[in-house]
Amino acid sequence: MTHTNSSDSRKARMMLQASRAVVYAILIFLSFLCLFSFYMLIVNSTRSNADLQGGFRLAFSDQFFVNLYNAWTDASIDIPRGMLNSFIIAASSAVLSTYFSALTAYGIHAYNFKLKKAAFTFIMAIMVIPNQVYAVGFYQMCVRLGWTNSYIPLILPGIAAPVVFFYMKQYMESVLPMEIVDAARVDGSGEFYTFNRIILPMLKPALAVQLIFSFVQSWNNYFLPALLLDKAEMKTVPIMIAQLRSADYSKFDMGKVYMFILLAILPVMIVYFCLSKFIIKGVTAGSVKG
Amino acid sequence: MKRLPVRKSKGISYAKWGYIFIAPFFITYAIFVLYPQMLTIYNSFFENYRSGLKQVGPNFVGLENYVKLFTPDKNGTIDILKYAGNTVILWVGGAIPQITIALLLAIFFTSYRLKIRGQQFFKTVIYMPNLIMASAFSMLFYTLFSPVGPINALLTDWGMIDATLDFFSQKITVRGMIMLMNFLLWFGNTTILLMAGIMGIDQNMFEAAQIDGANSVQVFFRVTLPLLMPILVYTIITALIGGLQMFDVPQVLTNGGGTPNRTSMTLIMFLNNYLKTSKNYGMAGAISVIIFIITGILSLIVYRSLTKQDN
Repeated sequence: MTHTNSSDSRKARMMLQASRAVVYAILIFLSFLCLFSFYMLIVNSTRSNADLQGGFRLAFSDQFFVNLYNAWTDASIDIPRGMLNSFIIAASSAVLSTYFSALTAYGIHAYNFKLKKAAFTFIMAIMVIPNQVYAVGFYQMCVRLGWTNSYIPLILPGIAAPVVFFYMKQYMESVLPMEIVDAARVDGSGEFYTFNRIILPMLKPALAVQLIFSFVQSWNNYFLPALLLDKAEMKTVPIMIAQLRSADYSKFDMGKVYMFILLAILPVMIVYFCLSKFIIKGVTAGSVKG
Repeated sequence: MKRLPVRKSKGISYAKWGYIFIAPFFITYAIFVLYPQMLTIYNSFFENYRSGLKQVGPNFVGLENYVKLFTPDKNGTIDILKYAGNTVILWVGGAIPQITIALLLAIFFTSYRLKIRGQQFFKTVIYMPNLIMASAFSMLFYTLFSPVGPINALLTDWGMIDATLDFFSQKITVRGMIMLMNFLLWFGNTTILLMAGIMGIDQNMFEAAQIDGANSVQVFFRVTLPLLMPILVYTIITALIGGLQMFDVPQVLTNGGGTPNRTSMTLIMFLNNYLKTSKNYGMAGAISVIIFIITGILSLIVYRSLTKQDN
């Protein structure tokens, strides 16, 4: 009896070790898949064009700053300007999205009014409708208003961001006691003052997460900006990347091409590696309740 | 104590603040979404395009744009169905591994038996592509897989190929690359969502199942999967809506052509061509309306799955 038991448990332990090994192998393989292309990107951005024509290599070279200089000062693709445009649009729309989503969520969370339920239902219903389906009208409207080659149509719509709203609403339900609002009212605090000075600071973690996500989404956005921006000095980074693809490829300095791609993703990557733990937690904190 | 009744009677007058606080959202929505949406639908009933330097229309044509959309061309293909088919194939090819692997990883990460170490590292790595600019990622794949790129060089060095392999002239390789990219961009995100879902399941359920002698396969199919269903449905439908919008990756990879022979052309690329290249608002409007109807149905399912969870 005891004999079979111990051999059973040894068998079970071996099974566990084996399945653990398989799991680690899968995880390492997937990590390799995720990292390989970026590793190649970084390596290739340090190599000269001539070196790159020579073939495949895993080791770093020393042409990084040469490529950086060449990309940064390129005459046809003004990447510093593109990054500035992208930054202005992404930062402004992220601030608007986050602030107004919190405001909207607070309006529905903290007050009782007749259309409260209807408003909430409506926002939930439109949450996943993509912007491509109204792009035709959006584009025509922008043409009529003279808003092509303008930041406005890429920033202002950020005020109505249903996904950010939903996240804020969920967050408020879990952390915001209404007693605080009542206490503030007793102290004579106005409603806007209460929201800006008392509620917003309590939402800091959620605001930070949504600032990051909204910024990234706007920074990476390609479809609408490509439709609206065609002047060289207004183009954003994704438009320039696509332009790189349509250029006559054989004449390009490949070291420079890799550098352009690296510059396009670098700002987001830096933020990610500084705050990855916080960002990953933020993916789920407010989205779907378990 | 004395204040209580005063506060109660004041409570009613706060209602207006609710309207004031939600007003910016709805005003913005009306201007930047609702009106453009109406305009898009309106456009779909008009003939309105540019032919060379000449502007045709706008003339009211009823449902003609829709009819044209579903009329076979001289080769007998109906473009919109072809591109819808491409979109579905490209989506399925990325989404099946995405959801299967994400589900597996979520189970590995949450397993008390396996106790996987280095979780933070793995999660950081697999989530990373989700934040990458899709167009830049696609451009990177293009450079890596180009005839003069490192992948070709590597395969030649290893003696696996004799001549340069043109990944961009074959339907199967182009589609494969798009599927691989979509998989890489999204599986980390799905893993984290499903992990949260599994961790939200009452631990007693797992313990009870184990005490009853269920093995891990039984636990998965009898406990985890049924309880995870709402989140799984949510994940699949949102992935489907995301798949319908597929644009950046194939657009940049094939330089807008959907090469070879338009086998990687998606619905949104089709829309983009009408809108950007030929300024054909009528046809672009009709395509938009069709995509809108499909996403409308799908989002109804998402809405259901989200509100059901609130109970």
